Order: sequence, then structure tokens, then C-alpha cells
Amino acid sequence: MRMKNPNPAGRKNPNPGGSRTRLTRAAGAAAVVLGLTGLTACGAADTGSSSSKGSSGSVTIAVPSWVGAEANAAVAQYILENELDTKAELTQLDESVAFDALNSGKVDAILEDWGGAPKKVDLYVEDKKTVVAGGDLGVVGHIGWFVPKYLADEHPDITDWKNLNKYKNLFKTAESGDKGQLLEGSPSYTTNDDAIIKNLDLDYKTVYAGSEAAQITQMKENYKAKKPFITYWWTPQWLNAQLDLVEVKLPEYKEGCDAEPEKVACAYAQTPLQKYFNADFTKEGGDAAQFLKNFNWTAEQQNVVASMIADEKMSSEAAAEKWVKANKDVWQKWLP
Amino acid sequence: MSAVTTPAPPSPPREPAKEREPRPARSRPAHPLLRRLLPLAVAALVLVPVAAALWGSGAWPSALTADVKTPLDDAYAWVVRNRDTSPVFLYFLLHLSNWSDSSVSWMTDLLVNIGWFPVTVGAVLLSWRIGGLQSRRGLKLAGITLASFAMCGVLGMWEATMETLALMAIAVTVSAVIGGLLGLGGGLSDRFEKILRPVLDTMQIMPAFAYLLPLVLLFGIGVPSALIATIVYAAPPMARLTALGLRGADAGVMEAARSLGASPWQRLLTARLPLARKEILLGLNQTIMMALSMVTIASVVGAGGLGEEVFQALSTVDVGRALAAGIPIVLLAVWLDRTTAAAGDRLGEGSDPSAVRLLHGLRGWSLTAGVGVVVSAVGAALLIEEWPEAWTVDISQPVNRAMDWFTGHLAEGVPVLGGTRTWADGFTTWVLDPLRDGLTATPWWLLVLVAAALGLLAGGWGAMATAAVSMAGIGVIDVWNNSLDTLSQAIAGVVVTLLLGFLVGVVAARVPVVERVLRPLLDTMQTLPQFIYLIPVVALFNVGRSAAVAAAVLYALPAVIRITVQGLRQVDPAALEASRSLGAGTFQQIRQVQVPLARPALMLALNQGVVLVLAMVIIGGFVGSGALGYDVVFGLQKSALGTGLTAGVAIVLLGLVLDRTTQRTRAATGAP
Repeated sequence: MRMKNPNPAGRKNPNPGGSRTRLTRAAGAAAVVLGLTGLTACGAADTGSSSSKGSSGSVTIAVPSWVGAEANAAVAQYILENELDTKAELTQLDESVAFDALNSGKVDAILEDWGGAPKKVDLYVEDKKTVVAGGDLGVVGHIGWFVPKYLADEHPDITDWKNLNKYKNLFKTAESGDKGQLLEGSPSYTTNDDAIIKNLDLDYKTVYAGSEAAQITQMKENYKAKKPFITYWWTPQWLNAQLDLVEVKLPEYKEGCDAEPEKVACAYAQTPLQKYFNADFTKEGGDAAQFLKNFNWTAEQQNVVASMIADEKMSSEAAAEKWVKANKDVWQKWLP
Repeated sequence: MSAVTTPAPPSPPREPAKEREPRPARSRPAHPLLRRLLPLAVAALVLVPVAAALWGSGAWPSALTADVKTPLDDAYAWVVRNRDTSPVFLYFLLHLSNWSDSSVSWMTDLLVNIGWFPVTVGAVLLSWRIGGLQSRRGLKLAGITLASFAMCGVLGMWEATMETLALMAIAVTVSAVIGGLLGLGGGLSDRFEKILRPVLDTMQIMPAFAYLLPLVLLFGIGVPSALIATIVYAAPPMARLTALGLRGADAGVMEAARSLGASPWQRLLTARLPLARKEILLGLNQTIMMALSMVTIASVVGAGGLGEEVFQALSTVDVGRALAAGIPIVLLAVWLDRTTAAAGDRLGEGSDPSAVRLLHGLRGWSLTAGVGVVVSAVGAALLIEEWPEAWTVDISQPVNRAMDWFTGHLAEGVPVLGGTRTWADGFTTWVLDPLRDGLTATPWWLLVLVAAALGLLAGGWGAMATAAVSMAGIGVIDVWNNSLDTLSQAIAGVVVTLLLGFLVGVVAARVPVVERVLRPLLDTMQTLPQFIYLIPVVALFNVGRSAAVAAAVLYALPAVIRITVQGLRQVDPAALEASRSLGAGTFQQIRQVQVPLARPALMLALNQGVVLVLAMVIIGGFVGSGALGYDVVFGLQKSALGTGLTAGVAIVLLGLVLDRTTQRTRAATGAP
């Protein structure tokens, strides 16, 4: 550690008693000076959002932690890099955090949004106008409560919410005590389940697995042992190809029945998954932005790629390459 | 330092064996416990009835809470709205953020563009030079380095490894400079040291995750948050050890320098710093290890690199791929630890007079650099930049199959024992539930009082005040019940960890073979990113609090075992021999000689166990622990800073309570 001595007077006066304090004072002064120069020497920092990002031939796509979204991003990346000659980077970000990154310009595009961050959409799209809606992805998402098929075969009436209380003993675990356990996933997922349970007077308790990995592991283990379970789940999902699950009917969804989070007592909506882009990227992104706007495929097509990644354990790049080579007619339409 | 360090290593200043003299209270025959507690008991007699009458005796009274969530959420909203316009951001924080982004991406580009061959050659030669070009140790070090880097490539993780290495390089450099400066201040000024010490002590017990939240508030998700969190987390050991080294300078040497007329600066540069270089290098070693553990945790906020690979593999429940990304982290740890440790040892040795001069000092360095440049240039010309795909091996399938078999056979249907899932259910029903319900049912004032009393017994008045105030703080920020839930899990985890740790530790201390087998296993367990445990733990114990406790035990166990073994080993062999010659059996020796004599070390193990178990609370949130762990994960992923940060603060407060009530050595060394 070498430091310049900002106090040359220290050398003239070798007073042994005061040397320590003088040294520290000098070090302190040096630190302050360094800090001040650091602060003042440069002006206002570049905020990132107004920079020329995106026009320089590089696109950053946010990838949430589920595999469907990984499939979107991998295919988009492959086509961007091989057909449009644009470098594409993928960043793993959760749903609501990705909006902050979209706002700041660190990320240019979200390809699959489940509507889990309505406040952020209001703030950035309506209010600050730093984020613009990018239209449908083409995939329709649906959240619900699911039981394994072997259980539904055994108790056919279990798929109606009205009978759930009758079967609660099947779903009891050490965590849920004398109530039935409704398995939940990661905290970042959109859920009204606590309100639904309360408002429908169900004798159930939500148990949060805390992460999708934990939830899937739990489901797989239960499925392997043919044990009864009921879980928060959604389609499209790659695991649906491995596990045969049946949805439990909740009171029908009607427009606006989920408006107040506390009072929800109905099923989840069918959600056409949305794309969102950074506002500057749509203006300056050129072909890449146009391509991402056109990007639109079906749940089946997405699932082909997703299960290559998840079931066959292919790398997402390899899966994307395989799909792109086999489905030229689909993605040709997306090119600007 | 042969062992890879714990993320929160036992701090050197709290040396376990330093119990100076028996406290006066102990030497008296009258009830020493009562005597010490008397003043507190008198105060409690007066205060408790008043408090109970005013606010009842249930959970923490709502009259005494303050709403911290709303202001925090407001602050977050303000930050989001003003990030691009407020001068605080424009002239300070955004500079930091942009600087972090650009320096890390510059470093990553550099490492990736140089190509795998020159990077490997460079690392090998560097380690060789540090270990000594002529010595066997240098050669061995070079071998380890080569094997580590090759393994990273073979596992298909070359690019991710370089990203992590780049982040590490920047973080460690900045941490070392900041830590060094703070240590310099602490070593030279008593007043500065007095301010610095408690801050460093507190930082040491803060779980790594607690650093992430406030940074996410300021910098958002991404490299800057990860980098700054890593820097803040890794700087304390450097500061602590630098100060320690400077303070420990030989008084005689300093006096001699003074009498020769050296100015304060000359004395610092020519005597004090060189004398402290061993401690400073040890500090650097610790800083590197802590930075490495943080870099992987920081993947939660988008740090990229190996941590992100682990995280991404988990989203497809692919333990094998997660392990393939975890192994390079362990290898990096081994490489960095061995290299810095070798540098530290060689500084102590001095130079060998019979050595060939070409291989030492500056000449040694220039020779190394020259060879490196030539070999790299040749290699880079012959080979491509990227790690060749044909040289990679996919370990994920065999690992996954092995894990399936393993969990399938242990989880259920084991004759007599019942299998891990039955245990987990039993543990939840018979241990965790009663513990949680018991704590929740206890009157709030009693819990504060118990914290105070235990703090007083363990560490004196200062510890008592900290413990009581922290306990009360949990109530004030209105997370009382969740914190008690987490506390029950932590207590259960600590008890299990200590039982297992002491058991294994005692065996390992007596049977050298066991210790030799255990050591590499413990090293690996300590450096492997904790996320890798998530899936096996759920498969074995089901989603829930038992799984969370199991994960915490796995994480804290290595440190506890290690400290126990060390403590038992340090027991005076003469005392052991004496007991043996008096005909004591193995169990008598352990119970009556080894354990009592190793007590300070065992207390340290308890303290470390507590701190580490609490650090895992948030990982527990990923496997269904609920309570505070879930809140923090929720806060991070939904950017609900009010919830997340409050829970984070509560974890820190719980940590303070548990630390101050279990830390016996502090009283002996007379620190506050």
C-alpha cells in the first residue's frame, strides 16, 4: 500500500508522541481528498436509459427463472445472432425486477410476462413511458390448482372445489397441521391463493416451497410415490409432459373478479402472455426490435423447445438450434 | 492455512484459548450465578409488572411497534422515480454503478478474449512463481492450478468461470484497498480502532444475504449490487488483520527505528508494514475466500458467472448441471487459498542462500513473465480462443441418476429407521412445532428478560444491553411472530449441528484416519454454493421447515467439526497421558480431560454454529422455511423492499441476540 504524503510537514517534526495521530490525520485527509476528487472530477453520471444502447447491434433479453421463458429467449437469441447478425445477451431476472432493468435500459426486452407486476407496468408504461408494451407472445398462460391424475381417477369428484374440504385429510402434512396442504411455488409468482382459501372457506393452508426447484422436486417425489397432493401450478409448463395433472375447478373467472386482492374468490384468468420493450430500444433497435415485435408462437411450439431443455437436458442453445433448423416456415414470418 | 475457510471464519482476535484468568465471580464459593444476575433481577422486579400491566403478556404489544415497511416502500418508490434525476444518483451512486458495470465487463472481456490457453498458462506460472520456482511446493501448486483450470474447461464452464474470476478480481482488489486503509487507521489510532471494532464484529455475524437488500434498493438488480455487496462483505477480514498486524509490531524494533531518527512515515513503511506483512497476507487470503462465497450468493441479484449457472440449472431441477457449475467454484477456492497461503508462508521463510539467482526476486518474476508471454503466444496462435467443445464432459446425467437412487433409497421404506421423510415429519411435529408454539406463547417481556440474562451471563453488561435491545428491536419493527418462528428453527438447527458436530469431532480428533478422510469433504462442503443442496434436501425431507433446518445443519456442520477437532487436539498431551496412566478409559478421557480442557474452543464452535445456522435462514426460504427466510426471498424477487428489508434487519437482530448470548470469550478478553 503506497500513499502520497499530503502533509510534508510531518517529516520535519519527528515528535514520537504525536506521530500516530498525525499519521492517521494525514491518512484521513488523503482519503477525504481522494473522495472529493472522485466526486467532483466527473460530472453527472450516464443514466443508461438515454444512451445509445440497442442501436449498436447488441440486444439484452431478460430471462425469468422458468423454462418456457428460457425457450423464448434461446430461440430469439439464436435467430438474432444467426439471421440478423445481432449479438444477443440473456440475463436471468425475475419478473418484477426485470421491469426495473427494462426501465433503466439494462435490458431491452421481456418476452414473456404473466402480469405479476401490475404496479410496475403502471409506473413505467403509463407514467414514465420508459417501457412500451410489445404485444402478445402468442402463448396463453393459465394458473390453477392441480392434482395428479391418479388421484382424480380414484376420487373423480375431487376436481370440484366444493368437495375439497371432504378430502382435506388426504393432503395433510407436518407443515400444514390438521389442514390440507396447498403447495405453492416461488414467492415471485402471481398468486391469490391465500385469499381464495379464505373466501371460499376451505380448510387448507398454503405452504410455500420458496422456489420452483423445490416445488418441482416435491411434486416429482410425490408423483413417484403415488401420493396425493394439490398444488398451485400453471400451463404451459414443461413438467406437464412428464406428470399427468388435472385441474381443480374453482368458481368461474369473470372479468374483474380478481380486482381486489383481498376479496378474490374465483379462478385465475387465461392470460395471453405479453412482451415488453425498453422505449428507446423500440425506436433505435432497428431490425432486432422489429423482429422481437413480430416474435409470436404457440404454446405447443414453445413446449417443444422447453421440453428439449428440461427433459432431454439439452443446453438451451442446442435446443434452439434444433428447433430453428426444423421450423423455418414459422420463424421466417418474424423476420423484418 | 491448509483449510478452505468458512464464509464467516472465526475471527483471529477472539482467540479461543485466551481465557486470561478465572473471573472473580467464579472463584467464590457462593452462588455466583445469582450474584451476577442480582442487579438484573431487581430491575426486572420493578419493570416487568409495569410493562405487563401496561401492555399485557402475550406477543409483542402493538402499541410498541413502529411501521417501518411503509416508509421503506415509499423510499423505494422514490428511488425508482428519481434514479435518473436526483443529484445523489447522478453525481455519486450512478458513477459507482456505471464504474462497477464497466470495470467488470472490461475484465470479463479481457479474460475471455485472451483465450483459455494463455489464461491457464498465466495462472499456472503465477502460482509456480509464488510457490517458488525451485521448490517442490511451487511445482505442486502449479499442478493444482493446471488441474483446476483444466477441470473448469472440461466441465464446460470456462466462460462462466472467467466471469466469476473477473468479478472476483475487481472485488478483491477494491476490498483489499479499502480493508487495508481501514486496517491502517485501526492499527495506528486507538480511537479509530474503538469505532471500527464493534462495526466489524457486527458485520461478521450479518448473513451474506443481508448485504444484498439495501444495495438492491440503491442500485437495482445487476452487477453493481453484486460487486458492491461482495466488496462490503469481504473487506472486514482485511481491515481486522491489517490492524492486528500493525499493532503487533515488535516494540523493540519500533524503538530502534525511532532512535535511528526515522520519521513516522519511514517507520510505517520500513518497519511497521513489513513486520505486519504476514497478517496482511492472511487478511488477503480471508478476503478472497469470503469474496468467492459472496460472488455465488450474489447470483440471486444477477451477478452472472458460475452462481448464475447453478441457479439456472436449478430451474430445471438439474442437480448434475448445478454441480458441474459448483465444482469450479470449489476448485477456484482451492487454487486461490493454496496460492495466497503459499505466498504468506514464503514471506516468513526468507530466501535460501544456495538458490540459483536467476529464479529469485525480480529476475524470477521477469523469467516467469517472459516464458508466459512466449508460451501463450504460441498456444494462442495454434488454438482457438474458446474452450474446444470436444474436450468437455457432461456429468449431469450420471450425477442425477446417482442422486435419484440415493434419495429414493434413503427417503422412505428403510427398515427399522423409517427413512428421512418420516424423520422430517417427526422433527416438525415433535421438535419444531412445540418449540415455535412455546416461544410464541411466552410473554414478550419474558423473552427480552431471558435474552438480557443470558447476555449478562455470557458477556457482561455490554452484551446484556445489546441482546436485550436487539430482542426488543425485533418487536418494534413488527415481525415478532415470524422472528420467533425463525428463532425456533435456528435453535433446533444449532442443537442438531452441535450434537452431530461434537460427535464427529470427538471421533475425528481421536482417530487420525477419520480426520484425513473428512478434511477434503469438509472443504468441499464449505465452498460448494449452498443452492446445490436445495434439491437433495427437498427430495429427502419434503418441502418445509425440516428441510430448511437440514440445509442449515449441512452448512454449519463443517465449521463446528473443524473447531471441535482443533480444540480437542490442542489439549495438553501431558494431561491426557497422565489420565491414561491413571487408567482412565477412552470415554473417561474424553469426558473428564479433553472436553473440560477444550471448553473455550467448544464455546467458539457453539458461537460459530449459531452464526452459520442463522446465515442459512434465507436459503431455508427457498425450501419452505416460511417466516423471515421467505420474507427476504419475497422481498428480493418481488422488489418489495419494505417486507424484505424488515425481515433482513430482523435476521441481523436475531443474530446479535444469539451471538451475544453464546459468546463467552468476549467477557474474558474484556471487549465491550
